Amino acid sequence: MSSGALLQLALLGIVAVLAVTLGAKAQDLPFAIHMYLFAAAAVAVIAYRAKTSQAPPVPTDGYMDGPVKAGAIMTVFWAVVGLLVGVVIALQLAYPAWNPDLEWFNFGRLRPLHTSAVIFAFGGTALLTTSFYVVQRTCHARLAFGNLAWFVFWGYQLFIVLAATGYLLGVTEGKEYAEPEWYIDLWITIVWVAYFLVYFGTILKRKEPHIYVANWFYLSFIVTIAMLHIVNNLSIPVSFLGSKSYSAFAGVQDALTQWWYGHNAVGFFLTAGFLGMMYYFVPKRVERPVYSYRLSIVHFWSLIFLYIWAGPHHLHYTALPDWAQTLGMVFSVMLWMPSWGGMINGLMTLSGAWDKLRTDPVLRMMVISVAFYGMSTFEGPMMSIKAVNSLSHYTDWTIGHVHSGALGWVGMVSMGCMYHLFPRLWGRKELYSLQLVSWHVWLATLGIVVYASAMWVSGIMQGLMWREYDDQGFLVYSFAESVAAMHPYYVIRAFGGLLFLIGALIMVYNLYRTVRGDTRSEAPIGAPAVA
Amino acid sequence: MMSHKKIETNATLLLIFSFLVVTIGGLVQITPLFYLENTIEKVDGMRPYTPLELAGRNIYIREGCYVCHSQMVRPFRDEVERYGHYSLAAESMYDHPFQWGSKRTGPDLARVGGKYSDEWQRQHLANPRSVVPESVMPGYAFLASREIAGATMGDHLKTLALVGVPYSQEQIDNATADFLAQATGNDADAMLARYPKSAARDYDGDPARVTEMDALVAYLQMLGTLVDFTTFKPETASR
Repeated sequence: MSSGALLQLALLGIVAVLAVTLGAKAQDLPFAIHMYLFAAAAVAVIAYRAKTSQAPPVPTDGYMDGPVKAGAIMTVFWAVVGLLVGVVIALQLAYPAWNPDLEWFNFGRLRPLHTSAVIFAFGGTALLTTSFYVVQRTCHARLAFGNLAWFVFWGYQLFIVLAATGYLLGVTEGKEYAEPEWYIDLWITIVWVAYFLVYFGTILKRKEPHIYVANWFYLSFIVTIAMLHIVNNLSIPVSFLGSKSYSAFAGVQDALTQWWYGHNAVGFFLTAGFLGMMYYFVPKRVERPVYSYRLSIVHFWSLIFLYIWAGPHHLHYTALPDWAQTLGMVFSVMLWMPSWGGMINGLMTLSGAWDKLRTDPVLRMMVISVAFYGMSTFEGPMMSIKAVNSLSHYTDWTIGHVHSGALGWVGMVSMGCMYHLFPRLWGRKELYSLQLVSWHVWLATLGIVVYASAMWVSGIMQGLMWREYDDQGFLVYSFAESVAAMHPYYVIRAFGGLLFLIGALIMVYNLYRTVRGDTRSEAPIGAPAVA
Repeated sequence: MMSHKKIETNATLLLIFSFLVVTIGGLVQITPLFYLENTIEKVDGMRPYTPLELAGRNIYIREGCYVCHSQMVRPFRDEVERYGHYSLAAESMYDHPFQWGSKRTGPDLARVGGKYSDEWQRQHLANPRSVVPESVMPGYAFLASREIAGATMGDHLKTLALVGVPYSQEQIDNATADFLAQATGNDADAMLARYPKSAARDYDGDPARVTEMDALVAYLQMLGTLVDFTTFKPETASR
């Protein structure tokens, strides 16, 4: 065993002992559970190292696709988990009896579980996976720093498990999409720095002189998320033996810091990173170069510059000073342009090859996702206009908007990439079945349309009911009446979500059969049926 | 665009430039909020939370109440008539973290304090549909069976003092005693003197025990009640 390996084992041993000590002295149960989880993870790595110490060394030439394969599997797994929890909480709103009135499974704790499972578990793992794949191919270089990429993969999975179990146990900072507590925040910071090192290190040792545009987006996503995460999560723990901490900021400052973070979790986590995917996988799938190189330059710089200003539109008409609200609105409206620049660049890459949409349902899925991107990046700027926002804010219209972006854009582009990646990673000639992909595409699209239109109608209805006056100048509806009026729409929304989930389950089956090496004998899509 | 080639072929330049570009928006929008004096209005009546209210607030956060309830009344006729005076920045100046919320699946709670009796709040938390048939809120009956002693409240106050909440040493030293006094109403004079406009009584309907229900109801009953709006002049708070 080399001295490096010994040092690593010693370090892991120290982590395990420290974690057990902290766990034993913990002031609250969730903190104890989490410390033991840390210890178990360290022990598992030690055991794995000991078991494989005599194994022949893994070849280190060529691309490093181990973490990419593991990541692809986990992406699909977390997609199903996130969607499933989503359907459950949608049913809780439609039928409150779905709340078991047990503290762990009430809506208030399951909703952060759903949002984080979708954004950070599914979306985050998809980003890690595709970025590791793309950076190697576009740089003609193996991932930098040896096994550090494996640390990033497992470290990120551990972060997901800590965050998710934390929500169920009531561990939360109470800031949307930044709920994990201080020690989980510290852990993900370490993992993120390692991620940056692997990614940036790979770019540095590239054999191509030019850095491909997908990497600009991935890189700005990694760097910006680090900045946002660190600033928004500045807090002081009550005790180093307990889970509770207090945010460093209060009230209005805390609110704007949070939405500066929150909106750019959308802008950089759910947009810039996924645009990186679009810029690699759409041209690959179409077998054409990106439509306009110049447009991608303009699109990149204007998008990352403008996005960061848009946070205050989450705080219209609140106690945030008016100048900040107006600034946020103006930049949000401007953001429409670079967003559509990206959409046009993605869609027009198909020019001359539109016929492939007929025969390749995977490409169809990617194109629909880009279309949804265009739709929600029009809807977003519109909702950020103060007059519109006065109606839409606090209603389910916002929820509809989020889901046309999250299911339509993020979900479908990631799943499209998974369909593209699985056969390549496992060395299969093709997917098990393209017909099943086609089913998935239409179920998912139908699901989103049902979901979003239910939320548009009901959200606007809600906003109008709250402000409805009669001839005598009295408010017409009590709040409870507006809740009752939501019921049918909540049922329809749950149904839309269910359709999307069923589509994802079909994908799981299809990918599982693909990995097994099966192919289904079926007529090619778009060809006339054989008599 | 010839010059862009420099950035496209130099990873470090790309890294530095893109980082600089994303810092600007936050710097311009957020930093002024920390030094512009008119960001937070001058009002009478604001004070830090009592230890019991703070414990209740932490339960509110733990249960994720903020995902369905806002605490931010906007300055519209319908909202002011439905919920009360629009919310001021000053009213959340001691809120670490803020709880303005982003969604009203349920009604705004910024001024729910004193609108309903303790009995109603308990009943509603334990079984929401027994008092509001249309409600889709989960039940929180388990709060009433979870006893708390407030033993570490001193540490909580000390931590908040570190991030700028003006708790006095006296308040920190007496945190646990004040916690128990407010939840029972026994020997509460010193506590009431330390925290103006607070109230001490048995909130959960079970005088024998101090439970999480005591803390949460105490928090809900003080929400939005602190600022004295008879002395507040909106024109002085133009921002």
